[in-house]
Parts: sequence; structure tokens; C-alpha cells
Amino acid sequence: MTSSSLLRSFIYLYLVLFFAYLFLPLVFMMAAAFNDSRFPTMLPWQGFTLRWFQELFADQLMGRAVWNSILIGLGVVALSVPIGLAGALVLYNLQSRARTLIYGIMVSPILTPGVIIGISTLIFWRQYFGVGGGLMLAVVAQTTFIAAFAMLLILARLQRFDRTLEEAALDLGASHTWTFWRITVPFLRPALLAAALMAFLQSFENYNTTLFVIGTETTMTLNIASRVRLGLTPAVNAIAVILIALTILGAIIYELMRRAEVRRRALAAEAAA
Amino acid sequence: MAELFRRTGPLIAWMALLTTLLWVAFMIVLPQVMMVDFSFRPSLPPSKIGGPEDVYTLKNYATLWANTIHRGIFFKTIWSSMLVTVLALAVCYPIAYHLAQVARGQAAALLIVALIVPFWVNEILRTFAWFLILSRNGIFNSALVGLGLIDRPIQFIDGNIGVMIGMVYAYILFMVFPLYNAMESLDRHQIEAARDLGASTWRIHWRVVIPHAKPGIAVGCIMTFMLSAGTIAVPRLLGGPRSRWFTEVIYSWFFDGGDWNQGAAYAFALLILCIVFILVMMRLFRVSLQDIAK
Repeated sequence: MTSSSLLRSFIYLYLVLFFAYLFLPLVFMMAAAFNDSRFPTMLPWQGFTLRWFQELFADQLMGRAVWNSILIGLGVVALSVPIGLAGALVLYNLQSRARTLIYGIMVSPILTPGVIIGISTLIFWRQYFGVGGGLMLAVVAQTTFIAAFAMLLILARLQRFDRTLEEAALDLGASHTWTFWRITVPFLRPALLAAALMAFLQSFENYNTTLFVIGTETTMTLNIASRVRLGLTPAVNAIAVILIALTILGAIIYELMRRAEVRRRALAAEAAA
Repeated sequence: MAELFRRTGPLIAWMALLTTLLWVAFMIVLPQVMMVDFSFRPSLPPSKIGGPEDVYTLKNYATLWANTIHRGIFFKTIWSSMLVTVLALAVCYPIAYHLAQVARGQAAALLIVALIVPFWVNEILRTFAWFLILSRNGIFNSALVGLGLIDRPIQFIDGNIGVMIGMVYAYILFMVFPLYNAMESLDRHQIEAARDLGASTWRIHWRVVIPHAKPGIAVGCIMTFMLSAGTIAVPRLLGGPRSRWFTEVIYSWFFDGGDWNQGAAYAFALLILCIVFILVMMRLFRVSLQDIAK
């Protein structure tokens, strides 16, 4: 065996190990949801059951937690996407020397630990507005950094925008507002949709920031964590199965949409040629 | 700024400016300023706020320094986060290189999808998956006992090892993707040229791949360190009283100790630590903020 083929077989072995490391924990976790054992474990296998799913659906606290997560997620989407769009427009048209500083401030929430964002939001709103922890504050705290992610997504798309389209509309007598809604926003639509989806998912899975600002309420992620901490049943694994299934479904839909978009673009390019 | 008004007209321009301003002021800048201000004040009952005792003080920071347990946890958090970062880099480097430079076409696309899917799984669930493996009657202990390597299950939960394994797993993807993005832009011909000129595999990585991937390495390390030092999810699930993380100490000042000013000082110390780490990495690897926030 030559040294290069030896190296190659090492790399393939490493790849297999790496993906096993990535996936096996998730597989074990999902398998345990169907095991008829009192503890969340895959081994020893005690037979197939769906009772942990039944227990999960009967759990009212979890129902409420999921509902809270959805409400917070919708609130975060409703705030983050407009803020992200506004921030992207401002940055895109900014050429002054202060741009680096302003950019730095606007992306800083991404680089700030989530717990710090939760803490500063909690202190600020209680001191100035007398607002305590709860769903509203969770929306505000999460929006702080999720809006920055949304802004970067929208800004990336905006930078590929053909400005002559806008100028043509204006030259032909369209108003600025009309041009914005009919030319700029439609161009940005894929980025706006991606930002909304990203914002919802980020909000849904957030733990570090939400923990500090949620007050006496709970969210799905927080509820899962407290179940893990305080004696648990395989109902948590049942949630994991559902969420991972939804994730994979989402990934497939996203991939199909992306392929359709690529095909559409290829067709448009062909028609233009 | 004039450009914004000229391009979008006054209505949209004002709306965009106002929205951005509200976000930056009320969500980013003022809360941070307030937290810092808070951290330099004593904890007082509401009736005494604004009174003669409400003066700026370094007392809260002195507490952090004087309390040897908390100080120890602070430094442990730094070291452990660095170790997590280095481990994640070591684990991810070969994968990123393989994806960016060796794998092609469908195989590469499939591998990337395989990386993204776990990335979208909730951080809590990814951590919980390791809880199931490492717990007393978890798979890892069963396997070790079954193989006769140990007599009794080892308590991995409630130790730093469990927390660190969980962190490497949870944040590995924040390391893989920046590395991959940086390596992908490296022209394969450069590697071939180096090989034709007789460079060894190590030398090619040391002199060609790593210098090219520097921005990606910096970004991956910054993200991993920041997430590790700043997380409370992983230590709360995989740790115990004997393996407390600094964020857990902060949490207990807020919700068990009831001293928010003290908690704010601890939080600011953590923020300073992260800022220092980011600045050092940016200087060391010569990358700008624009490279990081991509």
C-alpha cells in the first residue's frame, strides 16, 4: 500500500467516524422515544411503544409551552424582518467614514453572548419601563440579535441589486414609494422569506437569552430543559422525534425550493440570451 | 445619508432611519449602557435608590475578585472554552478540508446537507442526546461495563468532561462552516503546484492551506469560544454543582441571590472577556469585523 492510499483510507475512516459522531447521538435519542422503558434509553430494548407520544400530547404544560414559543416566534418575525430590512437599507446607502463603526454596532449583538443580551434587556426594561420578565420581554430580547441576522441576510441580497432598475422606474415617472414596493421589495422577497424563516427557527430554539427574560412563563425549549434537569420520562425523546422529523421535512422543502429557483433562473437566462 | 433619501425618497428613508435608530438605541446600546451602569452601583432597596447611598462603587467587581470560588470558576470557564475551541478546530479541520478540496459534485453536496441537518436541531436536544449517552445508565457506561473495561458506571454528568464533550458537539458546526468557506476559495492548483515542487502533506497545510484559511479559522474560533463561554444551556444540562460554569454563577445572582447589581458586574466581566478574545483573534489573524459577520 502506498503512503497516499494509506492516507486516503485514513481520511475515509475519519469521515465515517465523524458522521457517526454527528448522527448516532441523535439516532439513539430518537430510538429511545419508542422504547417501552421507564427511562429514556435505547438499551436494554423493552419493546416498541407509542405511549410516550400519547403522554406528550396529553401534557397541558407542554401544550402551553409550545403555544408560547409560537407566539414569541411570530412576534420576533414581525419585528426582526422590518428592522433587518431598515438596517440593511441604511447600511447599503451609507458611504461615510462612520460606516465601519455603525456596522460594528449593528452586528455586535451577534457576537454578544446570549445570556448578556437577556440580562441587559431585563435590567433596562425593569428600570426604565417597569416591565418584568414575560413573553413581551422575550420577544424584545430575542429580536435584539435575530434582527442583526436578518439584516445580514437582506444586505447580502441587496448588494446584488441592479440599481438601474430603480433608476429606470424613477425616470419613467414612478414615485419613490411605488418604486420601493414594486421594484426593490419584490427583488428582496427571497431574502425576506429566508429571514422570516430563520428568525422563527432561531426564536423557537433559543434558550440562553430567553431563560433570563421569560419570568414565570415557559417556552418549549425551556420546558424540555427543565424536564431533563428534574427527572425525566421518554416524553422528551418523543418531542425530539417530532422536531427532528420537522427539521428534515423543512430541509427537504428548502432544497426543493432552491432547485426550483435555480431552474427558474437558468430558464430566464436562456430566454434572455 | 443623502444617498438614502435620494434613492428611496423621504418617506421610506425616514422610516428606515427611525426603525434602525430605535433598534440600535433601545435594544443594543442603551440596555448595555444600563447594565454597565447598574454593575457599578450597590444593591439597594427601592426606597434608597437615588438617595445618598446610591453612589458609584467598585464593590461588585471587588466581590468577584475576592470570592475565590467565583474567580476560580471564571478562569476555569476561560480555559475550558479555549480547550473546547481547540478540540473543535482539530476535529473540524480535516472534514472542512475534505469537503472544500477533495470531495466533488454530488458527494460534496450530500456531505454538506448531512452537516446542515444536525445544525438545525435544537441546541437543547443536541445536548440532551449526549446526556442520554453519558448518564449513569447511559449507552457509554453500558458499553464500558459490557466490555468489562470498568466495574461500576462512571459519573460523567456533574463533571467538566461531560460539559466539554457536550460543547464540542453542540458548536462543531460553527467551526466547520467558516473553515469550509475559507478553504473552498483556495485554488486547487496551488496545492498541486506545492506537491509537484516536492512539499510534504504537512508542509502544504502549514504553508498553503492554513495561511489561506486564516480568516475562517479566526471566525470559527471566535464563534466557538464565544458560544462556549457564554452558554448556560450545556452546563445546566450536562453539568452539576461540582462543574459550575460562570454563566450559572451569573444566573444565581439574578434568580437565587436576588442581587442584580452583583449579577450585572459578573455579566459585564464575561462580556469584557469575550470582547478581549475577539480583539486578540482579529489582531492575531488580521481579519476585520466584515469577515466575521458573514
